[in-house]
Amino acid sequence: MNRLRIWCLTPAGALLGGLFLIPLGITLAYSLMTRGPYGGVFSPFTWENYSRLADPLYAAILWRSALYAVTATTICLFMGFPLALFIARSGRRRNLYLSLVIVPFWTSFLVRTYAWMFLLRDTGLINSMLLAAGVIHQPLTLLYTPFAVILGLVYGYLPFMVLPIFATLERLDKSLVEASADLGAAPRATLRHVIIPLARPGIMAGSILVFISSLGAYLTPDLLGGGKTIMIGNLVQNQFTSARDWPFGAALSLILMLVVMGMLLPLRRQSGGML
Amino acid sequence: MRNSRWLPVYAAALYGFLHLPLAVLAVFSFNSSRFTRWEGFSFIWYKAAFADAQLAEATVNSLLIALSATLLAAAAGTLCAYGLWKRDSPWITASLYLSLVTPEIVMGISLLALYQWIFRYLAIQLGMHTVILAHVMFCTAYVVTVVSARLRSFDASLEEAAMDLGATEWQAFVRVTLPRLAPAVASAALLVFIVSFDDYVITSLVAGVDSETLPMVIYAMARKGFNPSVNAISTLIVVALGGLILVSNRIEGREAER
Repeated sequence: MNRLRIWCLTPAGALLGGLFLIPLGITLAYSLMTRGPYGGVFSPFTWENYSRLADPLYAAILWRSALYAVTATTICLFMGFPLALFIARSGRRRNLYLSLVIVPFWTSFLVRTYAWMFLLRDTGLINSMLLAAGVIHQPLTLLYTPFAVILGLVYGYLPFMVLPIFATLERLDKSLVEASADLGAAPRATLRHVIIPLARPGIMAGSILVFISSLGAYLTPDLLGGGKTIMIGNLVQNQFTSARDWPFGAALSLILMLVVMGMLLPLRRQSGGML
Repeated sequence: MRNSRWLPVYAAALYGFLHLPLAVLAVFSFNSSRFTRWEGFSFIWYKAAFADAQLAEATVNSLLIALSATLLAAAAGTLCAYGLWKRDSPWITASLYLSLVTPEIVMGISLLALYQWIFRYLAIQLGMHTVILAHVMFCTAYVVTVVSARLRSFDASLEEAAMDLGATEWQAFVRVTLPRLAPAVASAALLVFIVSFDDYVITSLVAGVDSETLPMVIYAMARKGFNPSVNAISTLIVVALGGLILVSNRIEGREAER
């Protein structure tokens, strides 16, 4: 009985061990080492890579990443909750409306980000149309701004908010909503005192998913942002490519991992299996 | 309910937000001008994209990588889900979960660190094989998730009955459980094909000179400045991947009805 199970688990176990856990271990080891003169990694152990995070230059990037992630999460919540409510209430069309959220989500993240470059650039569609309509006389700088990065994050991760909220609303006991209305509550009061509290696990799961995805984003700030909108992901990539400071890049990665885990693990139980 | 009047309007606006950027991109891929002003219908950017040797080579690379990664991950993931269904393994479950929530950039640089460390001892270089291995790794957890969800509704007594009737454990798996799992495996395979085909962050870190993928070329073209061929190739990707996800959903939906 047990032998087949072990054979079944071996390939995936080897993949995860060899290509995921061991690499993370190497990253942990690198984060405690010193950078060599040509970008190599040397062995005197040091905490210096972690203490450098307090450097105002890097602290600003960490702070900005957190700020963008919180902003994107908040916007996603205000956009995603009503959309999830709409889908949950749409009866037979529910599956159609749900797949209208899911399908763009699964089609190329890169292409979806590129689509915004096409719309936002100085000679892009939005500026061309506004210029042609005579609304503006100079193209607006839309691309390579914090606005573009946050827009890209919201666009990319909105389904992460909609899907868990929809899942809780779908399971919501309708008689509670009816009871609230029968007892004289206005729809707004029912929403505030009955629906939103019951949807809490979905709201939390969605918010955390959007937050951690935004925090670790690389492609969005890279393509839609400029030098002034660098986030942690870009800083990590930069340390491993042009800056060739692997130990510092490794330390940054681990901090990012710790924040993600620190948010997920405590809330995983409460979310009812949605995280 | 009172808000049912404005809720559909709000939802329609959000659906516009989700779909218009891609729709506009698709429309302008047929524009005869290279500027973002509509001048007439034309296929020139599709012709330009198809004539581009670099794009063709990158597409072949991406397809090879995605196909290999999908086959290997589907096999490893299905076996793993089956093994976990028999009895959970906290270590493997935790690692799978961790691999799903780890930011791509962290996964990418960790793999790069591993590869560079191995290359110190062995004369290998970054290339197709390093990309495929990376993709198999991050695709496996998706397969396990989808297949496990399907297995949860399975009745273990069917396998027991097969074994009571003289089947070995392996025969019970291959002849009884696997055929009923096939739709879930197919649906998972389509999903990870998309995930693998589309990956940029991890791929760009572990790719070598001979393994440039389509997302890497598109990324480079997008950064270099405006080139309407990117609109054409992007439209093709959206249509192809959108088609695959619809097929995958359909398989899942038909399964759920049963």
